Amino acid sequence: MTVPLLKVDNLAVEFGPKANPIRVVDGVSFEITAGGAVGIVGESGSGKSITSLSILRLISEPPGRIVQGRIEFNGVNLLELPRSKMPDIRGRDIAMIFQEPMSSLNPVMTIGDQIGEAIKLHEAMTGEERRARVIEMLRLVGIPDPAGRLDAYPHQFSGGMRQRVMIAMALACNPKLLIADEPTTALDVTIQAQVLDLMHKLRRTLNTAVLLISHDLGVIADVCERVVVMYAGRVVEEADIRSIFRTPQHPYTRGLLQSIPRLDDDRDRLYQIPGSVPLAGSVKKGCPFYERCSLRIEKCMNKMPPMFSFGPDQRAACWVTASQADAKEKEAALQ
Amino acid sequence: MARYLLLRLADAVPTVLLVLTLVFIAMRILPGDPAIAALGDMATPEQLEIFRERMGLNAPLWQQYIDFVWGMLTLDFGTSLMNNQSVLRLIGYNLPYTIELTIVAMILGVGSGIPLGVLAATHRNKAADSAVRGFSLLGYAVPDFYLGALLLITFSLNLGLFPINGGGEGFLDRMHHVFLPAVTLALVKAAFIGRLTRTSLLEVFGKDYIRTARAKGAREPRVIYRHGLRNALLPLTTGIGLSTLATLSGSVAIELVFNRPGIGKLLISAISERDYAVIQGGVVIFAMFVVLINLMMDLVYIVVDPRIRVQ
Repeated sequence: MTVPLLKVDNLAVEFGPKANPIRVVDGVSFEITAGGAVGIVGESGSGKSITSLSILRLISEPPGRIVQGRIEFNGVNLLELPRSKMPDIRGRDIAMIFQEPMSSLNPVMTIGDQIGEAIKLHEAMTGEERRARVIEMLRLVGIPDPAGRLDAYPHQFSGGMRQRVMIAMALACNPKLLIADEPTTALDVTIQAQVLDLMHKLRRTLNTAVLLISHDLGVIADVCERVVVMYAGRVVEEADIRSIFRTPQHPYTRGLLQSIPRLDDDRDRLYQIPGSVPLAGSVKKGCPFYERCSLRIEKCMNKMPPMFSFGPDQRAACWVTASQADAKEKEAALQ
Repeated sequence: MARYLLLRLADAVPTVLLVLTLVFIAMRILPGDPAIAALGDMATPEQLEIFRERMGLNAPLWQQYIDFVWGMLTLDFGTSLMNNQSVLRLIGYNLPYTIELTIVAMILGVGSGIPLGVLAATHRNKAADSAVRGFSLLGYAVPDFYLGALLLITFSLNLGLFPINGGGEGFLDRMHHVFLPAVTLALVKAAFIGRLTRTSLLEVFGKDYIRTARAKGAREPRVIYRHGLRNALLPLTTGIGLSTLATLSGSVAIELVFNRPGIGKLLISAISERDYAVIQGGVVIFAMFVVLINLMMDLVYIVVDPRIRVQ
């Protein structure tokens, strides 16, 4: 097997005072291969954004800190790099776009200057070359009349256009990995489809690996090959897109899938998982999904399940479904 | 943009008229008869009558009002009741000293306040931050006339490093004279601007575009100055404008303490001598400065905030 482009291993992030920390990300592991696309799905507060920010070490310290784990990029553990080396990685090797296109651009700098800055920080180019690259990037993300819009300010752009500008800025230095934290959440549905289309197209043309963070499984299915499902700061299931939709193994994933509205729905009410996500760090032992789980057994309350394998491409952390699968397997072996 | 400027300018007109009206009313309801004030208790009724006739005090009120506003707008402030000098000339002599004091104080105050604010914001809750906050508190708490006297006694009287009074002749000498009074005023400015810079910077640091700047690989100095301070300038502009106005009025006490010429000093002595014409002229000039500084602030906004520029 090839060395993954990004390998997150047993990552844990804590917030708050050291004496009484709140662990918002706990033991998260996943990998992305070069050119691959992985999605992280989860509700608000599941730790998915914190996980993505940790990769670039963009969590503000204090109050947050990464307390354990490795984040290997091209074989180098980013967490061991001196802080002063991180700006060289950011934007050049790993770029990031954010959820709020309305507020993620600097209001007092022109679009051209902001994209140009990303290039200037990492590549030696003359002003002319840089300008040409900025125009090229703007054209690539589908901004009409790119040369004429260089001197425009963010407030003159709509939300969808700003997210395109963000993408242009992120991809200006040809990063190997693009982290997109809820890139379409703040956009309306048609614009959302356009931006996803764009990400598709760019992935193909530039061969950039993508880590897509979203609460929307549909969005992730659109772009990614693999999915990591997070719940209360932990990975509860990880699988390729097909298996997640066909044979979800964690009760939480099943709940998520059931709550997606469908065109052929004849349900009166959409399904909802009872209860709500536990407060970050409030689950000290056992499965974090215990309170809301329909399959729970006594063991779940006391012991956090490890990740069990369900076939070659799927792993999930559930005692119950793992033992069911186990039984099925034994049955099949007996016959 | 031209429209914006015209609107600002049009806004200033009613302000000026309102100020003139208020000054006019204030001068009429002041206790005491200006004629008696000017000529003294020993003046005969005939003398008073002649004086009133000459000053236009017998004309109907609306006539006086129109004459007054017209006079002010044409810079005809009349003559001082005390020494018969033209008020315009008195103001013309004193005004440069006040402007000089205000400008130097603002340069010192803003020039030290902004770096202090940046230092505090980037070292939030650490020693440097506490030191700056302590300094701000001190700057707010110490009255400027007291600080002025303190500096005057220490550096001028005891150490002899700076002149004790006067405005000075020639550029270098004037700067030498203006330094201590300017430092006095600047301390309060620095405290205010430093505090304001800290607050606005900290607010800006929490914004999404700061995270974006870091995510694209900008190093901290660039994040702080190009992205942070540049955006913090918007609220700072307002603060600096207000602070300039406060410096202008603060100069009244400081000019008195350092015994240097200036509009403030002129006003104070005019008030104590009931020199109505000079008081009137001085107050109007002060008010005009307020209007002028507000206009200048509007201009600076255009430079600082592209969102205004385009509308």
